[in-house]
Amino acid sequence: MSASVESLLAGDGGGPEVPGFAAALRRQGREAFAREGLPTAGLEDWRFTSVSPLAAHDFAPGGAGAGVDRAEIELRAGPAGGPRLVFVNGRLRPDLSAPGSPAEGVFVGGLARALAERPTLAEPHLGRLQGLAGQPFAAWNTAFLEDGALVHLAPGASAGAPVELVFATVARGAGAFAHPRVLFVGGRDSEATLVETYVALGGAPALTSAVTEVVLEDGARLDHYQVQDQPADAFHFAAVAARQGRGARLSTHSTALGAALSRSDVRVALEGEGAEAHLTGLYMADGARLVDNHSVVEHRARGGTSRELFKGVLDGASRGVWAGRIRVLEGAMKTDAHQMSSSLLLSRDATVDAMPQLEIYADDVKCGHGGTVGQLDADALFYLRSRGISRERARGLLIYAFAREMVDRVRPAALRQRLGRLVAARLPDGDLVLEAA
Amino acid sequence: MSPDGKAAPLLEVAGLHARIGDKEILKGLSLEVKAGEVHAIMGPNGSGKSTLAGVLAGREVAEVTAGTARLDGKDLLAMSPEQRAVAGVFLGFQYPVEIPGVGNLYFLRTALNALRKARGEDPLDAVDFLELAREKMKLVEMDPSFGSRAVNEGFSGGEKKRNEVLQMAVLEPRLAILDEIDSGLDIDALRIVAKGVEALRHPDRATVLVTHYQRLLEHVVPDRIHVMAGGRIVLSGGRELALELERKGYAWIDEEAKRGAWAEAAQVTS
Repeated sequence: MSASVESLLAGDGGGPEVPGFAAALRRQGREAFAREGLPTAGLEDWRFTSVSPLAAHDFAPGGAGAGVDRAEIELRAGPAGGPRLVFVNGRLRPDLSAPGSPAEGVFVGGLARALAERPTLAEPHLGRLQGLAGQPFAAWNTAFLEDGALVHLAPGASAGAPVELVFATVARGAGAFAHPRVLFVGGRDSEATLVETYVALGGAPALTSAVTEVVLEDGARLDHYQVQDQPADAFHFAAVAARQGRGARLSTHSTALGAALSRSDVRVALEGEGAEAHLTGLYMADGARLVDNHSVVEHRARGGTSRELFKGVLDGASRGVWAGRIRVLEGAMKTDAHQMSSSLLLSRDATVDAMPQLEIYADDVKCGHGGTVGQLDADALFYLRSRGISRERARGLLIYAFAREMVDRVRPAALRQRLGRLVAARLPDGDLVLEAA
Repeated sequence: MSPDGKAAPLLEVAGLHARIGDKEILKGLSLEVKAGEVHAIMGPNGSGKSTLAGVLAGREVAEVTAGTARLDGKDLLAMSPEQRAVAGVFLGFQYPVEIPGVGNLYFLRTALNALRKARGEDPLDAVDFLELAREKMKLVEMDPSFGSRAVNEGFSGGEKKRNEVLQMAVLEPRLAILDEIDSGLDIDALRIVAKGVEALRHPDRATVLVTHYQRLLEHVVPDRIHVMAGGRIVLSGGRELALELERKGYAWIDEEAKRGAWAEAAQVTS
């Protein structure tokens, strides 16, 4: 048997009791996924990304109790730098977590427990941001809705140190799937940093389908990071849906380093006047791997600002896909939106498809997009080599020089250093290259 | 070892031909530079000066079709650019490359330690390197802030050239080939660059200045001057040759060439 809608839905609904609204969400997810099925190349959003490699594997729901120890988590996700929740196959594992004591007005905890004990924190938002139509993997995730992370900030609250969520999909002996779920609610003028790290352990193919919903009330600020560092046989789908109130500021930064197929869908709605969104990301692929970043930024109110910058490093016969859509709705005057995609192709067989798209229904807006696809600069390579630096190291230096802009943007120092190391480790003479940083 | 028993030249180029695409640029160029000497190669634009500099450093733009180039008797043309650097070749670029994202001093330390490693020496640690770099930055009158900036990024023309001389001063090559190191420099920058070149003078080393104008040669007095035209050296002499070129321009070279033995070369440049 191989992965099919039926096999992928087998085993849902087996979780613990959830409140009625969550059970209803599950049903909707299940129905939407059963109706739409896995995406095909006929769908505009999946034109360049085939999920057919999934069919070569069997996947079963990953167990929450899979044997994992803290050392294994820290090896793959780095040591905890602050409050950290660890999830194994989507379920919170208190034994691996170190939640610390949250600041006043800040809730950081498991979604399942929150739904049972404080359902009013999640109910107004859960499942309300992430649409299911045309989002098969989000629908699939929702069909299994049970646990995940809830981060909730009361008005004016500040979370302090970055909140870390580590999602390990554990596939020991046989393929396994998991459905990480995150709900972040930032009350008025609250402030937080949230880091999601996705790893896969166990040696067999891991299939992860994650959904993150972000609500930023007026004036709230969130620095959001997603790090995907999975083995080369993993499959990773991540959807982020965000809604921003007046003057709210979201920065969401993705680093996609691993997986056979890695797909990200980010949808941001700037609903309040003067909201600001920054979508940035770095992706690296080699071999026959594929990394796909899709985004939709919707300006619904006047005076919003959005900035998008993605950089890709593609080697071997790997492929990059970047599709960024900016929609400026009627009434969203004085919108200032820009998007940019740059890729570095390191081999003849690597390819990238970049599709910027502007839909503008308002007057008096400033929108633009740009992009580059290039190879390593031959003059720079010769310059370095003429000083005695080997070809391989010179290549490593230049690749890192291209990518580091996206590493340098990462504000938490420990995460920035870790990402620098992860990027450098993929380059020739990486340890030496890193000294340049 | 030369037959007359004198020391073999440090650089020995013989019958060098090279082309870029279908166009032959170097047409049987020969040149000898002994250790301890400073040579200048002058000539009109398009005579092949920069191609020669690039070919000696291993730039792949030009293809060598015939001839030899040896450093200390070793075949330069068989080496990669980094191997040539290890052997002691340094090319000062006419247009130094900007490399955003790579720190200037980090780059220089990486280069120095790559050379040291290839020569079986221990690498310099960060502290020792910084001391060396500071000393050499003083020599080229470069503000320490240039050390932490990206390689040549946002440098003015003069700053880029001084950065080339800084690299040369730190790497201490056996053969420095400086390609139009004087172009675009004001008088102060020219003086500083000249000082850097003079500081490298050493009985074991040699410098080849590739230049269009003789004004650099007022600051750095060469032992030999060569005039290139049409892809080869057509005249060699002492410092008086530079003054003659300054007075008469390059046109007379062409005139001479048309009458003389290098008619073929002259046709290309006219």
